[in-house]
Amino acid sequence: MSRESIVNAALFALLIAVPLGALATDEPFIITLATRAVILALAAVGLNIALGIGGLVSLGHAAYFGIGGYAMGILAFHAQSYTPLFEGPFVIEGTKLMPIIWLVAICGGALAAFVIGLLSLRTTGVYFIMITLAFGQMFYFFTISWPAYGGEDGLSIYVRNSFPGLNTLVPIQFYAVCFVLLCAVLWFNARLARAPFGLALNAARQVPHRVEAIGLDPVRLKLVALVISGAVTGLAGALFADLNRFVSPTMFSWQMSGELMVFIILGGTGRLFGPVAGAMLFVLLEYLLGGISDYWLAFLGALLLLVVLYGRGGLVGIFAGKARNHD
Amino acid sequence: MTTVLLVEQILNGLQFGIMLFLMAAGLTLVFGVMGLINLAHGSLYMIGAFAAAAVAAATGSFVLALAGAMAAAAMVGALVEYTVIRRLYARDHLDQVLATFALILIFSEGTRWIFGSFPLFLDIPSALAGPITLPGGIEYPRYRLVLIVIGLAIAAGLALFISRTRVGIQIRAGENDREMIAALGVDISRLYTLVFALGAALAGLAGALVGAIQSVQIGMGEPILILAFVVIVIGGIGSIRGALVGSLLVGLTDTLGGIFLPEAFKLFMEPAAATTVGSSLASMAIYILMAGVLIWRPTGLFGARA
Amino acid sequence: MTEPVLSTHALTKRFGALVANEAVSLDLRPGEVHALIGPNGAGKSTLVGQICGAIKPDEGRVQFLGRDVTEQSTRTRARSGLGRTFQISALAMEDSVLQNVVLGAMGAAGTVWHFLRPAMKDLTIRQKAEQALERVGLSDLASLRTGEISHGQRRRLEVAVALTLSPKAFVMDEPMAGLGAEGTRELTALLDELRQEAPILLVEHDMDVVFSLADRITVLNYGRVIATGSTAEIRSDPEVRRAYLGEES
Repeated sequence: MSRESIVNAALFALLIAVPLGALATDEPFIITLATRAVILALAAVGLNIALGIGGLVSLGHAAYFGIGGYAMGILAFHAQSYTPLFEGPFVIEGTKLMPIIWLVAICGGALAAFVIGLLSLRTTGVYFIMITLAFGQMFYFFTISWPAYGGEDGLSIYVRNSFPGLNTLVPIQFYAVCFVLLCAVLWFNARLARAPFGLALNAARQVPHRVEAIGLDPVRLKLVALVISGAVTGLAGALFADLNRFVSPTMFSWQMSGELMVFIILGGTGRLFGPVAGAMLFVLLEYLLGGISDYWLAFLGALLLLVVLYGRGGLVGIFAGKARNHD
Repeated sequence: MTTVLLVEQILNGLQFGIMLFLMAAGLTLVFGVMGLINLAHGSLYMIGAFAAAAVAAATGSFVLALAGAMAAAAMVGALVEYTVIRRLYARDHLDQVLATFALILIFSEGTRWIFGSFPLFLDIPSALAGPITLPGGIEYPRYRLVLIVIGLAIAAGLALFISRTRVGIQIRAGENDREMIAALGVDISRLYTLVFALGAALAGLAGALVGAIQSVQIGMGEPILILAFVVIVIGGIGSIRGALVGSLLVGLTDTLGGIFLPEAFKLFMEPAAATTVGSSLASMAIYILMAGVLIWRPTGLFGARA
Repeated sequence: MTEPVLSTHALTKRFGALVANEAVSLDLRPGEVHALIGPNGAGKSTLVGQICGAIKPDEGRVQFLGRDVTEQSTRTRARSGLGRTFQISALAMEDSVLQNVVLGAMGAAGTVWHFLRPAMKDLTIRQKAEQALERVGLSDLASLRTGEISHGQRRRLEVAVALTLSPKAFVMDEPMAGLGAEGTRELTALLDELRQEAPILLVEHDMDVVFSLADRITVLNYGRVIATGSTAEIRSDPEVRRAYLGEES
C-alpha cells in the first residue's frame, strides 16, 4: 500500500468515524457539518475530473452546482405547492423524490456543461478561465432577475426530500446517502483515471498535438470530461440544496466556483482524495476559525496563498509525499 | 420611447463602458506583458473606492480623494506585486487564479476589518452635482458626463503613453517577446512592478469615480472584474484598443438591453410577462454577446490570431 | 514506376507577405527514405505541417494512399496511417513509457471511449504497444515515467508511438534533434529497418544521416524545391552546393 492510499484510507475512516461518534454523543450539528463537507467534497471531486485529469481550469463550476440546486428547488417547490411544473400537451409535476431530483440535476449539469463547453473549449488558457467565470456569472444574474422562483431571495423547501426506505430527516441517514454517493463517485473517478478515456484525457492536457497525431480529438475528450464533471457537480448541488432546504442565487456565485477550486488545491492537486481532504479542511476551518474571528476568510486566504506559493502537494501531499505515477 | 431617453441611455452605456475600460485596461496590460491572470484586480478597485471615501471624509476635497484613490491602489498594487505576484509569473494559470483568489479574501476581510461592514458613501462634488442641459434640451447628470470625459481622456493618454514613451515601447516589446526586452537591458522586474502599479492606479481611479454614484462596499470589485473579463474576451487579450471597443460594447449592451429588451417583448407579450422575460434576458445580454464573439472570433475582436 | 504512397502537388502557403512554401511537389514511394533538407527557414516545418494536416495550404493538394487528403484533419490522416514524430518530443511526460505507446495503440484502434475498464488491461492494445516498444528497444524501460528517461530514449519512444498506428507512411521531423553520436547511430539503424514497414519522409539536418539513409533527397530553399533526386545527383547539383551546402563554386 502506498503512502497515498494510507492517507486516503485515513480520510475515509474519518468520514465514517466522525458522524458515528457524533451520533453516539448526540451532536447532530457535527453530523450536519460532516454532511456539508461530504457534499462540498462531491462537488469538488466533480470539478477535479475536469481540472485534475483534463487540466481544465473551469472557474464557472458554480453554474452546475447551482443548476443542481435549482433542479431540487424547482421540483420540490412545485411538489410542496401542488402546482404542476409544466402544463401543455402533457403535464409535468414536481417531485419530492431524491432519485428523480438527482437524475434531473445530473442531466441539467451535464447539459449546461455541454453547451458552455462547446463555446469555451474553442479557446484555451486564460481565455477559458475568464469565459467559464463569465458564464457562471450569467446564471447568477439570470436567477436574480427571474422572479418565478424567488429571484434574489431564493426558494425555501419546508421538508427535506425523501429517499425510498430511509428517513432523510434524521441527520445520520441523510449523511449516509451523501456519503455513499461520494464513495460511488470517487470509485468512478478512480476507474476513469485508469480507463482509456482517462489516459487519453490526461495526454490531451499534457500534449494535445500528440493526441491529435494519433487520431484523437483533444477538444472532444475535454468536452466529455466537462460534461461528466458538470453532471457530478450538479448532483452535489441538489444534495447541498437538500441539506439547507434552501436554494438561492448564491449557489451560482463566483465565490462558490473559487471555493471548489480552493478545495482541490488545499487538499492537493492531482490526487484522488485531494478535493475530499480540502473540503473537510475547509469546513473544519470555517467551524473553528469562524467561531473565533469574523475575519476567518482572511486566514483562509493566507493559508491558501502559502499552499500555492510553497506547498504544491496540499494536505494529502504533506502526509503522502510526492505524487507518484499511478499504474 | 423618446429620443431623450435613448440619448440618456446611450450616455449611461458609454459612462458604464468607459469605467469598465479603466478596469479592463489594467487587466489586459498585466496579462499582455506579464502573462498573469489577476483576479485581485477587483480588490484594487475596491481599495481605490475606500481610499477615496476616507480621503474625502478627512479633507472634503474630491480631487484629493481621487489622487488618494490612485495613490493607495498603486501603492498596494506595487507592494503586492513585489511580495506575491512576481512569484506567480512563471507559474501556471491555475496557481495564478488560486493565489489571486486568496488575495481577494485577504483584501476583502482586511478592508472589512479597517472600515467595518457597512457601506460608505462618497459624495459627488457640488461643482459637478446636478444636471447639465445638452444640445437638444436633454438634461443629463453633469457628473456622469464628466466621467465619460475623464475616461476618454485617460484612454487617449494611455494610447499616447504606450505608443510614444520609452516605458510604453518597453511594454509593447514585452508583449511581443519577453526575452527580447531582457536582452535589451531593460530592468524587467522594475518594468513589471510599474505596469502592475499603473493598472492598479487605473482600477483605483475607476473605483473612486464609480464609488460616488454607487455605494462603497466590500465585494464591489468582483462583479466589475468579471465584466472586465468579458470585455477582454470580446476585445482580445493584451489589446488596449480591444479593451476600449469591448468596454463600450459591453457598457452599451448592458444598459440598452436593460431598457429596450422589456420594451421589445411588450410588442408581442403582455406587459408584466414582457418585463420579466425582457429583464431576465437583459441580464444575460452581455454573455450572449460574448458567446457570439467567441463563435465568430475565438481570440477576440483585436486578439492575436492563434 | 510504383504509385507513390504520399505526395504533394504544388503546395503553396503564405503567411502575410512571407511565402513559406511555393508550389512544392514531392512524393514518397514504397520502401524508400526520402529526405527533405534545406537551410533554416526554408519552409520544411510548414511543409510537414501541411502534409500532416496542422496547416491548411493556400493552394495545391496532398495525396495519401491514392486519396486527396487536403481537406482532411490531422486526426483523419493519422487514422488512415500517417505516423509522424515531432521535432520536440511530444510525449506525456507524467505517464509511463508504456502508457505513451498504449495511448497510441488506443488512438489507432479507436477504443478510447471506455470509462471504467483499465486501459492497461486491454491485451490486444497492450500487445501492440509492447511490440512497438520492443521494436525500438525500450521494453526494459516500459514502467518508467517518461519524464525520467533520457532524451535519446524519448526520441525512440516518439518513433514507437508512431509505430503503434501501423503506419503506411512515416513523417519524421528531425528525429535526431539533440542526439549525440551514439544515439544518432542507433536511431539511424532503427530507421533503416523501419523503411521496410513504411516509407519515411525524413526532415533532417544531420547530413551524415541523410546521405546514409536517404534513397532520394529533396532540397528546399526559400520555400521552393531547388532540387530532387538521388543522393548522388544532389551531391553533385551545383545549385544545391551553392545555396545549401554553402560552397563557393
